[in-house]
Amino acid sequence: MLQLIENEKIRETVNGKRVITKKPELLAPAGSLEKLKVAVHYGADAVFIGGQEFGLRSNAGNFSIEEMREGVEFAKKYGAVIYVTTNIFAHNENMAGLDEYLKAIEEAGVKGIIVADPLIIETCRQVAPKLEIHLSTQQSLSNWKAVKYWKQEGLHRVVLAREVGAEEMLKMKEEVDIEIEAFVHGAMCIAYSGRCVLSNHMTARDSNRGGCCQSCRWDYDLYEAVDGEEKALFTEDDAPFAMSPKDLKLIESIPHMIELGIDSLKVEGRMKSIHYVATVISVYRKVIDAYCADPDNFEIKKEWLEELDRCANRATASSFFEGEPSYEQQMFGSHATKTKWDFAGLVLDYDPETQMVTLQQRNYFKTGDTVEFFGPDIDSFQMEVGQIWDDKGNEIEVANHPLQIVKFKCERPLFNYNMMRKENI
Amino acid sequence: MNKPELLVTPKSVNHVKALIEAGADAFVIGEQQFGLRLAGEFSVAEVEEATKLIHEAGKKVYVSVNAIFHNDRLEALEQYLKEMQRIGVDALLFGDPAVVVALRELEITIPLHWSPETIATNWFQANYWNERGAKRAVLARELSLEEVIETKENAKSEIEVQIHGMTCMFQSKRSLLGNYFLYRGEVMEIENRKENKNMFLHDHERKNKYPIYEDVNGTHIFSPNDMCLIDELTELFEAGIDSLKFDGVLHTQEYINTVTNCYRQAIDAYFDHGEDAYDDIKDELLEKIEEIQPELRPLDTGFIFKETVY
Repeated sequence: MLQLIENEKIRETVNGKRVITKKPELLAPAGSLEKLKVAVHYGADAVFIGGQEFGLRSNAGNFSIEEMREGVEFAKKYGAVIYVTTNIFAHNENMAGLDEYLKAIEEAGVKGIIVADPLIIETCRQVAPKLEIHLSTQQSLSNWKAVKYWKQEGLHRVVLAREVGAEEMLKMKEEVDIEIEAFVHGAMCIAYSGRCVLSNHMTARDSNRGGCCQSCRWDYDLYEAVDGEEKALFTEDDAPFAMSPKDLKLIESIPHMIELGIDSLKVEGRMKSIHYVATVISVYRKVIDAYCADPDNFEIKKEWLEELDRCANRATASSFFEGEPSYEQQMFGSHATKTKWDFAGLVLDYDPETQMVTLQQRNYFKTGDTVEFFGPDIDSFQMEVGQIWDDKGNEIEVANHPLQIVKFKCERPLFNYNMMRKENI
Repeated sequence: MNKPELLVTPKSVNHVKALIEAGADAFVIGEQQFGLRLAGEFSVAEVEEATKLIHEAGKKVYVSVNAIFHNDRLEALEQYLKEMQRIGVDALLFGDPAVVVALRELEITIPLHWSPETIATNWFQANYWNERGAKRAVLARELSLEEVIETKENAKSEIEVQIHGMTCMFQSKRSLLGNYFLYRGEVMEIENRKENKNMFLHDHERKNKYPIYEDVNGTHIFSPNDMCLIDELTELFEAGIDSLKFDGVLHTQEYINTVTNCYRQAIDAYFDHGEDAYDDIKDELLEKIEEIQPELRPLDTGFIFKETVY
């Protein structure tokens, strides 16, 4: 671990206790309105979403303008804000409709857009001046002089390249007065973002317009050419050449990032489930809050780390934050595995008198299963499911229909948006 | 109609001479600390020597500073830019806006060529960087002919298009080859091979072979085919593309010389003797290139006639 250097600029004494007053924003991904609501409810200060155009995840659930408006309204109640990704590198044919789209986003009450292409930056400035402009990681921003460039261009915030380390971030903060956003959690590109067109070549899908098919996650065989002959650089016992990075996880570096003065901590994963968003955001929320409230006595709790692992389906690593990642931060011969816990249900209602929980089923479970409940307003706990009833009051033994509404008894109080998960055996 | 410039990538100072003979109009040179995926490595002294040669022949020399810079290379970059000003090179290729800021601060007046590769995808960006000092935009190789032509029609800057050679598909900051060998506990294997630049990845499903190497900028992976537009130049000529680049990275000097000369003949035939003259020789020129084409490197036309979806 890097040495933690306390930053006096972000501290103040409140009621005789040293606290951190500059709390970074916790920024969550959301691929749908439901995910947005969960992210906000579980503690995100801001949520980034994709619209139906100009964004980079063609396969992710994307928001209509109407849904954006609803998301903004929902977030507002929690004091949270919404950003929209418009980070394609446009081709000429993509220019049409941009003005109207940006105006509509602005009107929906979105706070800012995340952009890579100067076409969209300049157009936004002209037609939707109320929107903040954040530079996307697609611009591979890696040095403080380039940060200075974008500051001079009037941008509000820059999202750094994933290749930038802690010391480099510190220098950027010292040299340039601009908001900096950095990734803290999630899957990531192994190439400099924006500088990979593997998909274009292998599948004729444009990676910089949302068509990425993750060819970097495939296996390849490594050869060398010697005097026109092809010579294999592997044996049958070797794992093939692979470029898969482990997923980023900087939970233990959060104090360090706060001390650096990073303005926004970003969690990746618009395609992930509400279970993932809820789990990851709630844990990062706890760490940020705990550190800022009492940095001198902060210690990361084992239970937070265990909680975070419950939705992980890949091995994790600290990537470039603490220096050049070595081979241990890549995956060879292994790929994504199943998560240790499955999302089994979403709490819709709880009746304290009858102790009955109303739950929307999200995965198969049955009477006798051990399940775990978690949420921002409860301490996680486990219990055995007893008798289950369907929404018509019929007794059932298994909840096996997706989105089926069921009821059962739970002695401890639950709240709307709490989640139920089941261990994966 | 103006004759387009034929831009090539020499491997050494000596090679520059051969390429002047072969008919090149302009040269991209530099060193890996500042420029990406260069055909040859030129020290500052060699840039100076090459510039003298090139200028004596009435040709142009461009130095590449299009790396993605991290803080630790910024000071060296500034020194390098000052050297380039002193030497008097004709343009600098850049991708990172840090170069724009550095030039302003140092009051360096060398014209810029905007060359970030994959992200140079529309005419608006060409004009945006033109307003910030880029006299030329080097277009992404992933554009179709139609997109290239439309960009030229709308751009205030000169437009450069690659017409031959391999293209980079991927750049990672990580040492991916080194990591693979380290993972297998074979450190020496990579140490012995690093400089060779003869490794490739085999994609069995597509039957493709992608060249791969590492340098100070990380790991680079290249297209499985060499693009070759020797017999498809008419529309680019008609569109008035300002510069046609043959990127000779990972090819031999002999190959680069021969291919350069083929394009020289093609351009001269069209512009000195008309379209028919070009049509008369283009198949022959293609055959000439096919004859020397390495077996591992099939020819294709890149994305010029290919449709991409997303």
